[in-house]
Amino acid sequence: MNGSFDEKKADTDVILKVSGLNAYYRDRDKAGIFTGNGARKQILKNVSFEIRSGEIVGLVGESGCGKSTLAKCILGIVKDHDGRIEHASTGAQMVFQDPYGSLNPAKTVGWILEEPLRIRGELKDPDRNKKVSEMIHLVGLDDSYLTRRPNELSGGQRQRICIALALMTEPKLIIADEPVSALDVTVQDQILKLLLKLNRELGIAILFISHDLKVVYSVCSKVMVMKSGEIVEQGTDDEIYHDPKHPYTKQLLASVISA
Amino acid sequence: MNRKIRENFKLYTGMLISGLMLILAVIGLKFTPYDPNEMDVSSRLAGISMAHVMGCDNFGRDIFSRILAGIGTTMTVAVGTVFIGIVLGTVVGALTGYYGGRVDEILMRFNDAVLAFPALLLALVFISVMGPGKYNVMTALGILFAPGYARIIRGEFLRCRNLDYVQSAKLMGAGDMRIMFVHILPNAFQVMLSTIAIGFNNAVLAEAGMSFLGIGVQPPDPSLGLMLSEAQSYLFVRPGYAICTGIAIVLLILGFSMLSEGLENNA
Amino acid sequence: MLDVIDLNIEFHDHITPETVVYDFDLHLDEGEIVGIVGESGSGKSMSALAIAGLLSRKHMKKRGQILFDGVDLLTCSRETLRKYQGNDISMVFQEPMTSLNPVKKIGWQVGESLRIHTALTDDEIRSRVLKMLEKVELPDPEDVYDKYPHELSGGMRQRVMIAAALICEPKILIADEPTTALDVTVQAQIIKLLKRINEKTGTAILFISHDLSVVRMLCSRVLVMYHGRVVESGDVNEVFDNPKEDYTKRLISAIPRMEKLRL
Repeated sequence: MNGSFDEKKADTDVILKVSGLNAYYRDRDKAGIFTGNGARKQILKNVSFEIRSGEIVGLVGESGCGKSTLAKCILGIVKDHDGRIEHASTGAQMVFQDPYGSLNPAKTVGWILEEPLRIRGELKDPDRNKKVSEMIHLVGLDDSYLTRRPNELSGGQRQRICIALALMTEPKLIIADEPVSALDVTVQDQILKLLLKLNRELGIAILFISHDLKVVYSVCSKVMVMKSGEIVEQGTDDEIYHDPKHPYTKQLLASVISA
Repeated sequence: MNRKIRENFKLYTGMLISGLMLILAVIGLKFTPYDPNEMDVSSRLAGISMAHVMGCDNFGRDIFSRILAGIGTTMTVAVGTVFIGIVLGTVVGALTGYYGGRVDEILMRFNDAVLAFPALLLALVFISVMGPGKYNVMTALGILFAPGYARIIRGEFLRCRNLDYVQSAKLMGAGDMRIMFVHILPNAFQVMLSTIAIGFNNAVLAEAGMSFLGIGVQPPDPSLGLMLSEAQSYLFVRPGYAICTGIAIVLLILGFSMLSEGLENNA
Repeated sequence: MLDVIDLNIEFHDHITPETVVYDFDLHLDEGEIVGIVGESGSGKSMSALAIAGLLSRKHMKKRGQILFDGVDLLTCSRETLRKYQGNDISMVFQEPMTSLNPVKKIGWQVGESLRIHTALTDDEIRSRVLKMLEKVELPDPEDVYDKYPHELSGGMRQRVMIAAALICEPKILIADEPTTALDVTVQAQIIKLLKRINEKTGTAILFISHDLSVVRMLCSRVLVMYHGRVVESGDVNEVFDNPKEDYTKRLISAIPRMEKLRL
């Protein structure tokens, strides 16, 4: 490990530090009075890494390798874990894979975007509206979308709304779980550019989770490769893509189909 | 929406019939031509005339007025029943569906226990404890209907609780109550709507049944079931009494079943 | 072998008919692999389903001709169509989780179209199925034969689907996004498998995908669809290296490559 993993760099830069994380999963639906607590399975094994402010870190791996569980641990949704997760700032936010499931179909876009502000109760009504409008312009849409409902929007527009929603609470870190894999290629490109723009302009760090090595390479400066709950290799994009050490990384790279 | 309504014959007719019954019910509660409980010995079992369009019953009460008022009472009881049932059912269904685990297990087994008894039998028990009357019938039926609603609402909450938008609301810091009743509940309305319509029908029938048996609305209050039971004695003298009361019940139920089926087709 | 001429598809299950495919033309020779690319809603799957004869005759109006060995599949009798379906034209779908029946064993499902289309005995069917499972490079066919779909991984299920589609030695295999739901490492394997099967058996493949890099790797010719129309078609390399239409250019420039995104 070298470069950005250098210990000499000021630690104040680190906005997320995960060390020795083990996470477990217990099937809650199978739990009951008669059936006990359900089986406990270990999903993550000894995961350690850091994210510094303004970085885009890629996390690649195949389905079921524990990528999403790691995201949920960081966000505090999965609570059954040991090891340390240290946040420098509060409230990392998340952009989900399926833009059709991540917006409440019963509410208008305006209501959805205003909700985090309402919950926090920080701003008064007119200020809230102003902030919502600011945010929707930031993601490349306009006020006319505020009165619409999610099912009237395309996948790309929904994903923009999801990004605006994640930005609403001004987080330092956004976790994007396969944010473009449900979208058409031309739309994918636009959403990736939007994420990159927000990273450059607002300095938001992004943990970018994806199974697509090409997409990860296109936006990330650091990459972690995960297999069966373990991070088998991590390093800068150059190290991972041009000088892979672990056989699994090599296998992944070999299966990339390029045009 | 407009196009859908035109396409949907059942929804349209259902709305028409139910709307008509609603108007009759409002008239029946406020502006009947005669006081439905006013007895007039001189016109006992009077036939159809300009003064009494459907004639009079054995106490000389105007049948038309009584039917209007009966529709009013029955509908009030049904609405009250469904309201109580829905509120209880939603709370239980939301809690069990959202939290799952032990809460779910305990409440749902209790639910099953209630569902296992024939409804009318349980209603009898309730009434014998609380005494008969309009409001007690409402409460008893409401409590009896709640487990059925809870089951349906629970299913919706179970489906929604792992959806991304719920996770995202959690991340924003929304509390459980807010997530349940502000975020998820509006998504359960569609399912609720058609169950409400079916529940309404069951309530009408249950009320009519109970009143017919004498454990529901008490005389002299007019209620369709009660009147049907009274009309029984005069079936040959004044068949119109029973027929008109019966038709009123049929229309109430027909309207709402068509409405609920129409709503389901629209979903 | 397959000629689609001026195919138009209209939906009729709403008040106003809605056209989803306009003037679709396609020629597929024996042993050829042709790709159809386009984004969601471009009509690519609709055209494929029409060729496979899977679109409802009642709710969808189709104009034009789909000629298979000179027989028009749109106007022929249902019996004739059923004879072709599964026997000469078969299909592999995107979702390997739902396209297999969860309560039937793998061997039974793969052999099903033999049972329908031929008069083979059970033993003959079994040996044909085992041979087929071997051909799609499933490890230990005997073992897989007696398994249920949920016991297999996504990639293995897709291999089973391909085996079931190829069991009657069809002339055309229509593959609708067969690799989209799979992991990257598995994706590449399935693509290579399709290519090898094409070379070995001479089955023509109509490959539908939104992923241009996959199409380029597998197909010899390509059709680009946009809003229900074929906007460009031709030799794969020609289209990729020298796109004529704006949309094709946009599509190609949007393919994720191993390069940094620039703002």
